[in-house]
Amino acid sequence: MSQGITKTLDLKGLSCPLPIVKTAQAAKELQSGDVIEALATDPGSVADFAAWCKSTGNELVEQSQDGAVFRFVIRKK
Amino acid sequence: MPARVAVLGGGVGGTLIANLLVKELGNEVKVTLVDPTGMHHYQPGYLYVALGQANGRWLVRDERTLLRKEVDLLVEKAVKVDADAQTVQLGRGGVLDWDYLVIATGARLAPDLVPGLLESSHEFYSLEGAQRLREALRRFRGGRLVVGIAGIPYKCPPAPVEFIFLVEEHLRKRGLRERSEIHYLSPLNRCFTIESASKLLQPMLDERGVHLETFFNVDAVDPSAGVVSSLEGEKLEYDLLVLVPPHRGQQVVVDSGLGDPSGWLPTDRNTLNVEGHERIFAIGDATNLPISKSGSTAHFEAPVVASRIASLIKGTAPKTNYGGRVMCFVETGNRKATVLRFDYEHPPAPPRPNSMWHVAKWMFNRVYWGVVPQGRLPERMPLPIPEGRSGT
Repeated sequence: MSQGITKTLDLKGLSCPLPIVKTAQAAKELQSGDVIEALATDPGSVADFAAWCKSTGNELVEQSQDGAVFRFVIRKK
Repeated sequence: MPARVAVLGGGVGGTLIANLLVKELGNEVKVTLVDPTGMHHYQPGYLYVALGQANGRWLVRDERTLLRKEVDLLVEKAVKVDADAQTVQLGRGGVLDWDYLVIATGARLAPDLVPGLLESSHEFYSLEGAQRLREALRRFRGGRLVVGIAGIPYKCPPAPVEFIFLVEEHLRKRGLRERSEIHYLSPLNRCFTIESASKLLQPMLDERGVHLETFFNVDAVDPSAGVVSSLEGEKLEYDLLVLVPPHRGQQVVVDSGLGDPSGWLPTDRNTLNVEGHERIFAIGDATNLPISKSGSTAHFEAPVVASRIASLIKGTAPKTNYGGRVMCFVETGNRKATVLRFDYEHPPAPPRPNSMWHVAKWMFNRVYWGVVPQGRLPERMPLPIPEGRSGT
């Protein structure tokens, strides 16, 4: 899945709501169809990313967890 | 020769540390506090100024009057810290040597980071801003009031929600509520970052007819059109706009090469050392810690730093760590309030808003000057109210 990722955001160590805010800032700079990979450690980010994607229409393509790190792959609408 | 401690910043954290150090160490320490204005602001009071419930004069005191006489106060700017030479370059050209340094320089408001914010938005995060907002509210005759946060992190996380509750009551009392819409811009899909607080407060906002605009991360303001837009692509018109400006760390932190790109100090969450510097500590809003930027945080951190510096000076093992303790009152209008008490391991379980916590907040506002900066508030009993009654 690393192929095609336009931008990776290291959001590890940031607490709510910064992972969402920084993802929203990054998404604004990208084009429709671009793909963001976001890496976060805040457990609340799982629900927040799902809700943010649903609300904004961006597509949550993939979500996984590796130890304490949550990975979200989002395609901009 | 006494150990030399330099404290940068005369807010609640810096003032309390300076007082605690001379109290504990007496002649073993020489504490110098550097503050650019020499005036101490009780920032939680800005909210009441904005709503016409308090006078600005009540919120500001001469820092000298809050410091023990053994503490030297330099009213000038700290320009640059040299961590290797253990010095601070001062604004008037002098140099202050230190054996231990406490950086308690707080946060600065950075409204310039959001296009249109300076020209069009009000805030209650400075005394001048709160006074201007009071005038704007006085002139307000109904319309759409939009309140939100224009940058993360910001000080006193519950303050925007408190403002909403209080301004809703304010408009009701003036007979303007029916002619007004209140919108709250939230960066998330709930009214507050902490779930338990959000669950308590959201139904209350609903009851009072406040519109929650979810995932509205402020991008820019167009003053001529009266429109605020979000990173998510939404736009909202306003008649009166109140946005918490973005915050950044102080320039001295950036210029000293100690901070991250936003000017926050990378800080050990338990020892409160600036990372990589055994003799430098950070406290309060200046740190990069993922906890509330608030006076309460600085208040609970100060005894830890004072104790750790005292141990280093005495050559004993440090005994205390900071556990992330924070306590915030949250005004919910109608003379009621709740309280958020939490630490790194324990999320808050806020009680249902009641009049007791409202009275407690007002009592704290009153007694602050005489007890908090001096370290006279008992450590485990932050209020003269039994903890067990908080849920009633």
